[in-house]
Amino acid sequence: MKIMVNGEGKQLEKEVNILDLLAILHVKMPEMVSVELNGEIVDRDDFSKTMIQENDEIEFLYFMGGGSIGF
Amino acid sequence: MDFNDQQIERYSRHIILSEVGFEGQLKLLNSKVLVIGTGGLGAPAAMFLAAAGVGTIGLVDGDIVDLSNLQRQIIHQTKDVGKLKVLSGKETIHEINSDVKVFTYNTFVNSKNIIQIIRDQDYDFVIDGTDNFAAKFLINDACVIEKKPFSHAGIIRFNGQLTTYIPDNNTPCYRCMFKEPPPEGAVPTCSQAGVLGVMGGVIGTLQATEAIKYILGIGESLAGYLLTYDALTMNFRKIKIKHNAKCGICGEDPAIKNLIDYNNPTCDL
Repeated sequence: MKIMVNGEGKQLEKEVNILDLLAILHVKMPEMVSVELNGEIVDRDDFSKTMIQENDEIEFLYFMGGGSIGF
Repeated sequence: MDFNDQQIERYSRHIILSEVGFEGQLKLLNSKVLVIGTGGLGAPAAMFLAAAGVGTIGLVDGDIVDLSNLQRQIIHQTKDVGKLKVLSGKETIHEINSDVKVFTYNTFVNSKNIIQIIRDQDYDFVIDGTDNFAAKFLINDACVIEKKPFSHAGIIRFNGQLTTYIPDNNTPCYRCMFKEPPPEGAVPTCSQAGVLGVMGGVIGTLQATEAIKYILGIGESLAGYLLTYDALTMNFRKIKIKHNAKCGICGEDPAIKNLIDYNNPTCDL
């Protein structure tokens, strides 16, 4: 099935939850990512029970500090 | 207020813009912007605000200028190493434009002082130019409580992001997007981080742009959007973000009643 992640099309073989998706897409530091699914921010506690569907649009929003002390 | 000849010349490229004109330039001269952090983001933001003729600029920073700052914090120069950052920043601003009144706060923001600083000159707009999550959440929560428009930004490595919060407009705040700071130990270590010097220039200048547009009342702000920039691919993306009804500070039933001082992981680099 086809989904959009940060504006790019991706193919998934089966339905997965958000935690699985973060792993499949090799997101290095999932703790540093906030997830928006079809325009709604998903609570981190709901990542494991939120299933990704065909044509879903997902945005990974990354925590960014300032760089001067490294985060 | 009447413009003198020097001011007409100094601001001529603004004044000839139909969206600015004398009226808009006067708005800028009468405006007050608080820049928290005079580092990678705050330095270019404050310098462009000064050049634009923002009449009052507040600078907040409790740090002193270090040689390793100069790769990106362009408000400070080699001669300023060892000097208070707010003092160095104030001197640079006055060299750029002596029309600007500068208020300095030689401190880091915390839950005890931030409201007082924001209220000190009744600033119109706040720029978050800080480099750590504790300050970012604090500034967000304080601005939501004080109903103060502000620009959030962050930079790391070759990436940057920013958004604008406008109160009473159902716009999402920083906490709508990021519920709380990442768990300790999750933040990248210093060796994994670093930042390309120009990132602060790009993103800090965009923060100044948002402040200036807000003061002038022109264009569309980044309220409701997170703008992301990847310098390696040169992709800018504007991601639409909705207000989060479950937000801890601006949601329907906010759990946060008092400002929080989060711990910051430290790093000697």
